[in-house]
Amino acid sequence: MPESVPTLEVHNLVKQYPSVTAVNGVSFAVPEGICFGLLGPNGAGKTSTIEIMEGILPPTSGQVRYRGEPVGARFREEAGILFQKTALQDFLTVRQSVALFRGLYQHGLDVDEVLELCALEKLAGRDNRKLSGGQQQRLLLAIALVNDPKVLFLDEPTTGLDPQARRNFWALVESIKARRKTIILTTHYMEEAQLLCDEIAIMDRGRIIAQGAPQRLLSEHFAEVLLELPRHEFPEGARSLPLKLIDASDRVEISTHDLDGTLRTLMEAQVPLRNLRIRPANLEDLFLDLTGKELRA
Amino acid sequence: MMKRLFAIWHARNLEFLRDRPTLLFTLLLPLGVVIGMGLIFGGPPRPLFTVGVLGARVHARDDPFLHERYVQFVPIATEARGLYEVTHQRIDLLLDLRGAVRYWVNTDSPKGYIVEKLLIAADPGALRQPVTGKAIPYVDWLFPGILAMNMMFSCLFGVGYVVLRYRKSGFLKRLHATPLTPFEFLTAQVLSRLSLIVFVTVVLYAGIGAIIHFHSAGSIALLLLLAVIGSLSMIALGLTIAARFSSEELVGGLLNLLTWPMMLLSGVWFSIAGAPRWVQWAAEVFPLTQLVEAARAVMLDGAGIGRITPNLIYLAVTTLVFLAFGAWSFRWRVD
Repeated sequence: MPESVPTLEVHNLVKQYPSVTAVNGVSFAVPEGICFGLLGPNGAGKTSTIEIMEGILPPTSGQVRYRGEPVGARFREEAGILFQKTALQDFLTVRQSVALFRGLYQHGLDVDEVLELCALEKLAGRDNRKLSGGQQQRLLLAIALVNDPKVLFLDEPTTGLDPQARRNFWALVESIKARRKTIILTTHYMEEAQLLCDEIAIMDRGRIIAQGAPQRLLSEHFAEVLLELPRHEFPEGARSLPLKLIDASDRVEISTHDLDGTLRTLMEAQVPLRNLRIRPANLEDLFLDLTGKELRA
Repeated sequence: MMKRLFAIWHARNLEFLRDRPTLLFTLLLPLGVVIGMGLIFGGPPRPLFTVGVLGARVHARDDPFLHERYVQFVPIATEARGLYEVTHQRIDLLLDLRGAVRYWVNTDSPKGYIVEKLLIAADPGALRQPVTGKAIPYVDWLFPGILAMNMMFSCLFGVGYVVLRYRKSGFLKRLHATPLTPFEFLTAQVLSRLSLIVFVTVVLYAGIGAIIHFHSAGSIALLLLLAVIGSLSMIALGLTIAARFSSEELVGGLLNLLTWPMMLLSGVWFSIAGAPRWVQWAAEVFPLTQLVEAARAVMLDGAGIGRITPNLIYLAVTTLVFLAFGAWSFRWRVD
C-alpha cells in the first residue's frame, strides 16, 4: 500500500432513519497504525458511523474505502470488530468460542496465542456465560483479534465496566497499539480517549464538529485554565461578575487566562472558595465548549 | 468455505447436546406419546362397523343396507384406496353402489364376517369379492406418524427459535462482521439440525421399535433416505419463518400455525379418509403428510422407492423452494 493511502476513508457519509438523520455528511480518513477516536454523546451518530464503516449497516449515501478499495471480502478478512453489545453462542467454553471465530477466517493467530494475549488462559475452560463483565469484554476482544486484524474496531468497549476492569482493558489496548494495528475507537469516556487516541473526531447530531490530535485540539481551544465551583455554592449574584462562566450539571466552571485576577474577583465578591478546584482543560471541556452540553448527558 | 461451515456446524452441535432439558424432551416426548396412545387406543375394539362406499354420495341411493344402525358409512374416492383399506382392515367392508351392487370383504376380519351378514340380509343379490390381509395394530400404524411428527417439531422449532435467538441476541450481527456468508450459515444450520434429527430418529426407531416389537416391512435404507429428505424439507420450512422475523411471539404464532394443522390433518393420529375432500387435498400440501404417507407405505406395506418417488420428489422440491425463499429473505440483524 502506498504511504499516502489511508487505512480507512469515509466520504460524505449519510444515514437516515425514518424519523432521524443519524449521520449527516461525515468525512474523515484514518492513517495506518494510529488509534482514531470517534467521540460524542449517546445519539451523536458514532455507532451508526462505525457500523457503516464495518460494512454491517448500509449507508443512505456516501462511501467507505478500505486501503483504497470499497469495503468488501478483503476487509472482512482483515478487520476485527468488538461491538458495543454482543452475545455469544450458548454452552461454549471460552476456548471454543474463540475457536469458532478462528474457523471463520483464512488466516489468523493460534487460539492459545489469542487467549494469552487477552489474559484468558486460566479461563479457557469456563462457560462463556459465567464470565464477569471485564472477562466478557476480554473474550470479545480476543474474538476480535483472532484473525490478527490490520484494523480493529472497538465500539464503546469499556461501557459498564468497573474502574479496575476498565484500566485492565486499556492496558490490553495499549499492547495491541504497540503491534501497529489501526484502531477505531468510539467512546464517551474522555479519559479513555485522551489515554488511547492519537487522533479524535468529535461528533454531535450526526456531524463532526472538531477533529485532530487531542492535545492540539485542546491547545487550539483552551489557552486558559479552568476553575470549578459546586453549583450550590456559587451565588446567583456572582453571575454578573466579568468572568467567562460555563454551566455544567452540578458545577460552575470559570475559564480564565488570569488566575490571580480571577481569584481576587471571586474573593471580593465573597464567593466561597473552600471547594474550589483548578485544573487544565480536557476533552470533556472541549466538547462542552463546542456544543454547550456535556458528553455524558 | 468448508472450514467455516464445519466451525459453525460443530459449535451448533455442542450447543444442542449440552442443552440437556431440550435433549431429554426431544427423546422422551415421542416415547410418552406412543405409550399413552397405545394405552388409550390399544384396548378392546370399538363396537362400530365401518363400511367404505365407492361412488358419489353415500346416501345418493336408497339401498336398504345404508339404513343399518351401528354401521358407519364412509365415502372412498377410488377402488385402489378402498381395497388398501379393506385389506389392512382399516374398514370392515368395501361396497360399490355405482352399478350392480358388489362388495369386498376381508376373510381374515371378524368384523368383516359380521357386517357381511348384515349386508346379505339387506341385499341378498350383492356380488361378493373376498380379499385377505391382517389388521395393522394401531400402535404400529401410529409409530411412523409419531416419528415424523417428532421430526417436524424438532425441525421447525429447533431451527426457528434458534435462529431467532441468535438474531435477537446480536450473535448473527457478530457473525455478519466475519467472512461468513448467509448461504454458509444457513447450510451449516440445516446440516447440524439434519444430522441431529437423523441420529435422534434412528435412536427412537430402534428404541421404540424394540419396545413395541415393530419390524419394518420395507427397506431401512429407503426409510433413512426418506428421513433425510423429509427433515430437509421441514428444516427449510422452519428457516423461511426464522429468516427474517425478530419477534418471539410472531415466530411462535407462525410455527404453531404451521404445526397444528400438520399435526391434526397429516394423518399422524387418525386416517382422514372420512374427512371432506377439500380437507384431504389441503393435507396433501403439508410436507408432514407426504412424509407420513411414504413412511407408512415403506414401514407397513413394504413399499419400494418406485411407490414413494412422488413423495420424495415433493419433499425435495419443497426443500429447494423453502431454502431459496429463506436465503432471499434472510436478515442478519434486528431491523
